[in-house]
Amino acid sequence: MVSRRKVIQRVLEGAVFVGGGGLIWGKSINASTKADYVLRPPGALKEKDFLKACIKCGQCVEVCPYDTLKLAEPGDGIANGTPFFEPRTIPCYLCTDMPCTDSCPSGALDLKNLSKEEEKPDILNSRMGLAVIHKESCLAYWGIRCEACYRACPLIDKAITLDYEVNKRTGMHAKLLPVVHSDVCTGCGVCEQACVAEKAAIFVLPLDKATGKVGDHYIKGWEKEDEKRINEEVEKADDDKDVKSAIDYLNDDDLIDD
Amino acid sequence: MKKYKFLILRRIIQLSFLLLFAGGNYFGWEILRGNYSSAIIADSLHLSDPYAVLQILVSGFIASSSVLLGALLIFLIYALIGGRMFCSWICPMNIITDISFRLRRIFKIETEAKVSVSRNLRYYILALSLIVSVVFGMAAFEIISPISMLHRAIVFGSGAGWAIVAVVFFVDLFVLKAGWCGHICPLGGFYSLIGKQAVIKVKHDKEKCTHCMDCFDVCVEEPVLDIVGKKSDFIRSGACTNCGRCIEVCHDNAMKYSLKFDLKK
Repeated sequence: MVSRRKVIQRVLEGAVFVGGGGLIWGKSINASTKADYVLRPPGALKEKDFLKACIKCGQCVEVCPYDTLKLAEPGDGIANGTPFFEPRTIPCYLCTDMPCTDSCPSGALDLKNLSKEEEKPDILNSRMGLAVIHKESCLAYWGIRCEACYRACPLIDKAITLDYEVNKRTGMHAKLLPVVHSDVCTGCGVCEQACVAEKAAIFVLPLDKATGKVGDHYIKGWEKEDEKRINEEVEKADDDKDVKSAIDYLNDDDLIDD
Repeated sequence: MKKYKFLILRRIIQLSFLLLFAGGNYFGWEILRGNYSSAIIADSLHLSDPYAVLQILVSGFIASSSVLLGALLIFLIYALIGGRMFCSWICPMNIITDISFRLRRIFKIETEAKVSVSRNLRYYILALSLIVSVVFGMAAFEIISPISMLHRAIVFGSGAGWAIVAVVFFVDLFVLKAGWCGHICPLGGFYSLIGKQAVIKVKHDKEKCTHCMDCFDVCVEEPVLDIVGKKSDFIRSGACTNCGRCIEVCHDNAMKYSLKFDLKK
């Protein structure tokens, strides 16, 4: 027979082991993912799911022909053993056969994420991130002719276009301003590598960091498809409404003064 | 040479795996790609570590069918046939910890008195790893596994990987005998649990035994030898890694690899 004291001691030991050990273990996991952001290979699941799914086998890194992809090490601030890339060093060159996505055994990188509806997977559907321009450090916005990012972009005139604007300072020159289009940009980062600034003025951020969201209650009245949503919303509201209870509410005794 | 035949064979196999993995990265060989958590043979057959896949599943992600089938295959191989053979025949960490173990014997480093840790610790760590995987939504052991880090140190030239391996090496050498493989590693614990009823087991013959204790000297899982000299039977504990060291050091032929088909406890 085990004494009560022994049992209580065991339970406490167990609690300390699970609580203390689990906390330290969890903290170290969190510490290993403390980087502000990380860019994943094409076809990656959303970061939270990616972290669950990645089995850290490194096959995507092995098959990358440009050595773009690297495996995170302790100290990188990125979950140890997961693949990532830094475009300023080596960007993604958008291989048309998508060897990295194809090599993933676990489903953390999935060709399905690179295909729209039933179509074949296409690397141009990848959204590793979105290129963002910091105008104040962009030579083109200063009025100096550059176009480095525009020329380097594998989707020239689609993902990056040039806007023309009068240079008001000189009054006689044009500014050729690079503009990124988020519906096309893959986040490959070739522009970031090409930027001539000391610290790149155009750089790739993960989609959730680089995008905003207006909210569903704003509707583009000038777009037929979007305007349909008004009717949908109205119908939905009608379905939800309990008409009987609304009438009963008016007849409710409590509302009638004696 | 007879004294080392299994040891040499194990090292050849362990190093071959590392060589093939490294060749996959550096020279594009397609014989074996990936790592000890998930690999692919000849670009066609997936193999996965069932413990790694279990962590992924409990963290809340249904892994792809190729990984699930690969894990099932490995699970069946070790559960039915090999027992805990991964640890001593495949795992690269075993080379490191065996060196620590050997150095302890050569330099007579004894720390038992100072530190006493239950060999059951690994089962608690195994359970804890699953809890942490659930709570933090990420395969908990895979993030910190020295096995993966040793693989990355060799196959990808990761410097930090060597640092972790060095920590394990010195803990085994100066703090706790057979610390990593015998007490801490939850993967070893996992294979101990699933490999208990595997067919390949070491068999002891009491009649031949002269109680020289040589097998106890070389065994990293000493408690599994509890029947030696007392009773003729299989080494039934799942913790036995089937490394075969006891067989090769035995002067009396009292140990041998054998096949076990009964399901006694």
